[in-house]
Amino acid sequence: MSVPYAKLPGWAEYGLIPLVNLAVAFLISGLVVLIVGESPLEAAYHMVNGAFGRGEYIGFTLYYTTTFIFTGLAVAVAFHCGLFNIGGEGQAYIGGIGVVLACLAFDRTLPWYLVFPIAIVGAAFFGALWAMIPGWLQAKRGSHIVITTIMFNFIAASLMNYLLNRVFKPMGSMSLETRTFDAGGQLPKLDWLMSIFGLSVGSAPFNISFLLALLAAFGVWVLIWRTRLGYEMRTMGHSPAAARYAGIKEAKIIVIAMMISGGLAGMMALNPIMGEQFRMQLDFVQGAGFVGIAVALMGRSHPAGIIPAALLFGMLYQGGAEISFEMPSISRDMIVIIQGLVILFAGALEHMFRPAITRVILGLSPKTRDAAVTKGA
Amino acid sequence: MSELAIELKGIDKSFGLVHANRNINLKVRKGTIHGIIGENGAGKSTLMSILYGFYQADRGDIVIDGKTIKIRDPNAAIAAGIGMVHQHFMLVENFTVLENIMLGAEESQILNAGITKARAELKRLEKEYALEVDPDAVIEELPVGIQQRVEILKALYRKADILILDEPTGVLTPAEADHLFRILGQLKDEGKTVLLITHKLREIMAITDEVSVMRRGEMVATRTTKETSVEELAELMVGRRVLLRVEKGEAKPADVKLSVKNLTVRDSRGVTMVEDVSFDIRAGEIVGIAGVAGNGQSELLEAISGIRRATSGTVLLNGREIDVTGNADPADLRRRGLAHVPEDRHHVGLVLKFEESENAILGYHDDAKYRRGMLLDVDAIRADAEAKIAAYDIRPPNPRLKTANFSGGNQQKIVLAREMERNPDVLIIGQPTRGVDVGAIEFIHKRIIEMRDQGKAVLLVSVELDEIRALSDRILVMFAGRVVGERAPDATEGELGLLMAGVEGRKEAAE
Repeated sequence: MSVPYAKLPGWAEYGLIPLVNLAVAFLISGLVVLIVGESPLEAAYHMVNGAFGRGEYIGFTLYYTTTFIFTGLAVAVAFHCGLFNIGGEGQAYIGGIGVVLACLAFDRTLPWYLVFPIAIVGAAFFGALWAMIPGWLQAKRGSHIVITTIMFNFIAASLMNYLLNRVFKPMGSMSLETRTFDAGGQLPKLDWLMSIFGLSVGSAPFNISFLLALLAAFGVWVLIWRTRLGYEMRTMGHSPAAARYAGIKEAKIIVIAMMISGGLAGMMALNPIMGEQFRMQLDFVQGAGFVGIAVALMGRSHPAGIIPAALLFGMLYQGGAEISFEMPSISRDMIVIIQGLVILFAGALEHMFRPAITRVILGLSPKTRDAAVTKGA
Repeated sequence: MSELAIELKGIDKSFGLVHANRNINLKVRKGTIHGIIGENGAGKSTLMSILYGFYQADRGDIVIDGKTIKIRDPNAAIAAGIGMVHQHFMLVENFTVLENIMLGAEESQILNAGITKARAELKRLEKEYALEVDPDAVIEELPVGIQQRVEILKALYRKADILILDEPTGVLTPAEADHLFRILGQLKDEGKTVLLITHKLREIMAITDEVSVMRRGEMVATRTTKETSVEELAELMVGRRVLLRVEKGEAKPADVKLSVKNLTVRDSRGVTMVEDVSFDIRAGEIVGIAGVAGNGQSELLEAISGIRRATSGTVLLNGREIDVTGNADPADLRRRGLAHVPEDRHHVGLVLKFEESENAILGYHDDAKYRRGMLLDVDAIRADAEAKIAAYDIRPPNPRLKTANFSGGNQQKIVLAREMERNPDVLIIGQPTRGVDVGAIEFIHKRIIEMRDQGKAVLLVSVELDEIRALSDRILVMFAGRVVGERAPDATEGELGLLMAGVEGRKEAAE
């Protein structure tokens, strides 16, 4: 027997509850800092200052945010179809191939604004390809997507290791990376955007792929809530039996949803490769695929939630680096603890504070209370 | 000793702010059968869960046998002499009867001594109450009626004096239900008290001594059964007068619209679910399929509507074959004039997390009128939903409300509106009123008759025999996957009951 909860107004559902969960996560993180023997207040100061204190810091924060928007959207799209795509890491990694091929081929002949669209298509194509295989295996063979996507992360890592070693590495170079791209393979920074707010981007790699990420977020919203494909994906995700009843082709939708998801993950590669390093290095994804899972979870798989969640994790990454720099007894691993706590409270323990909050809010508003009662139990 | 077995005083229970039980007072006299009726969501189950210790009341007292007690968990309820037979049996399917009865009352780590004792006690109980069961039979091999008997024995083994039965006849044939009532009568004669929760008024009239009616979380009335009537109880339940009989004229059957020939369906394990079923349905008639749940009706509906692949046989829709053994596509069948109201609206007919308007296009979302270029035309979809809400009086009239927040009857109306408003040639309806309140049942039945009178061919499957008899122009009875007989709607309940139990059918087949 399920215990029914009355429905909360939107601001509480999507605003207050996540904030309370977040606050608790930070509170406990503070306790951990205290146990290490440092001042939580000082750590909090360095965190916030390191993330937003200067234009350059904000630039770094938004650079990470860009990455996490892509991987967060990737997880969310699959999730709407009832698929848990753990393979964002590998799909982003393989997506790098598309970016690199475009850049190596055209960086010396074409301007960035022509190379960029080719790279976008390439990144999405390779990411989608890498997600299509587990999708197909799930749809046709019933191989569980969680298992196959995890395995494909390892396959991707090995494959890229091979490609960087034997294919992409310039002759005579010792390090595992491609050559550095010329101007055509370098995305412009968004210093004009920062200067509107009177800030300077400094050395931060805050680049135009941020705008692409925002565009992708809008695109995902349209896809999920305004297209037939999105409608079919959501039906599948909520109830496969209802989807079958409605005549929705299960196998087709699973493969398409995974390809869109993989394509979004692959587009993440644009940000570090064309926006920061101007070359592809070994392991350039650096766990962003996994952070995407947390971002999607926190953002309730809705683009409007994913963007702030990505910003939060961007802040944790950038501010966290600053903490470990300013307070040597706190290592970078601390950030992993905070992330873990955020995921724990925003995801796993999402309902912990819900009953209490529901009681308080609905208790204050007689109109919603009557509506709740007529529903009965 | 007290005259009353149970007395509830001012029981109040809220979930969040959903007020499930309000100030409930109830007196149940010892040695009686006391019925509790009410629509879905009236709070019957919540009240019984409080009595059995699943939930704690926010306020109020429970007095058992003259003593005010706190029931913190089911163990406390059992200690107080309360036993419960749940709607969905709480039995371990691969255990024997004896093992199930002992479960939770083993008394020691080593089972041997307990088994001997339990066996002896079980023998005694079986004798005393005429509840014959083979103690060594495995549960999953027993028919549901017997499984229910095991549940009752389980409660008696725990020395229950008060037995709560939650919708006990939903899974039984009429004959099995009669047997159950005889058992309950016997329990009453032995001095046990029985609380019977049901929404079937006929059962209440047949076996209870007193009946209490719940509505919207409140106990609205208690009557002596002899002094009340079905009409009065229905009115108390709904809060207004209800038409219980369905008005319908002569059927005027025309051309065959749906023709099923030698349809056989096996499941993935190769077990035969539907075997060699053939029938025709003509325009302007309702063909009802009666049968105890689980005798192949669900699989038959799924095969015809293209959801489940049939093993062999043919189905003709408007004279054209449906590829039921291959790739029948539900979307294609819809376009060809087949509408389907599925048995399980929660998992199949609706997506409960969707807005009402999104469910109003499920299966028809391909339609050009819901599209604008590449996108869905949300305005058109909502306008369409609003029109259906008005036509079918769906409440609350809000197309943007999450479907889970509608009551069972209104959810069913959402499905009916979607399927009926398409003006199909053939309408397949499974369990049209399961979990639907009395007021909505009246409306749904009227609509089904209207569809027939407009010249649609209607295939109706229901486990409610009354419903089948009231609506159908012809009745087919299914047992163990086969159609074991066809009867006119004026066939007696006993006659249909024997067919449903597979007794008559075997004879008919042999002759």
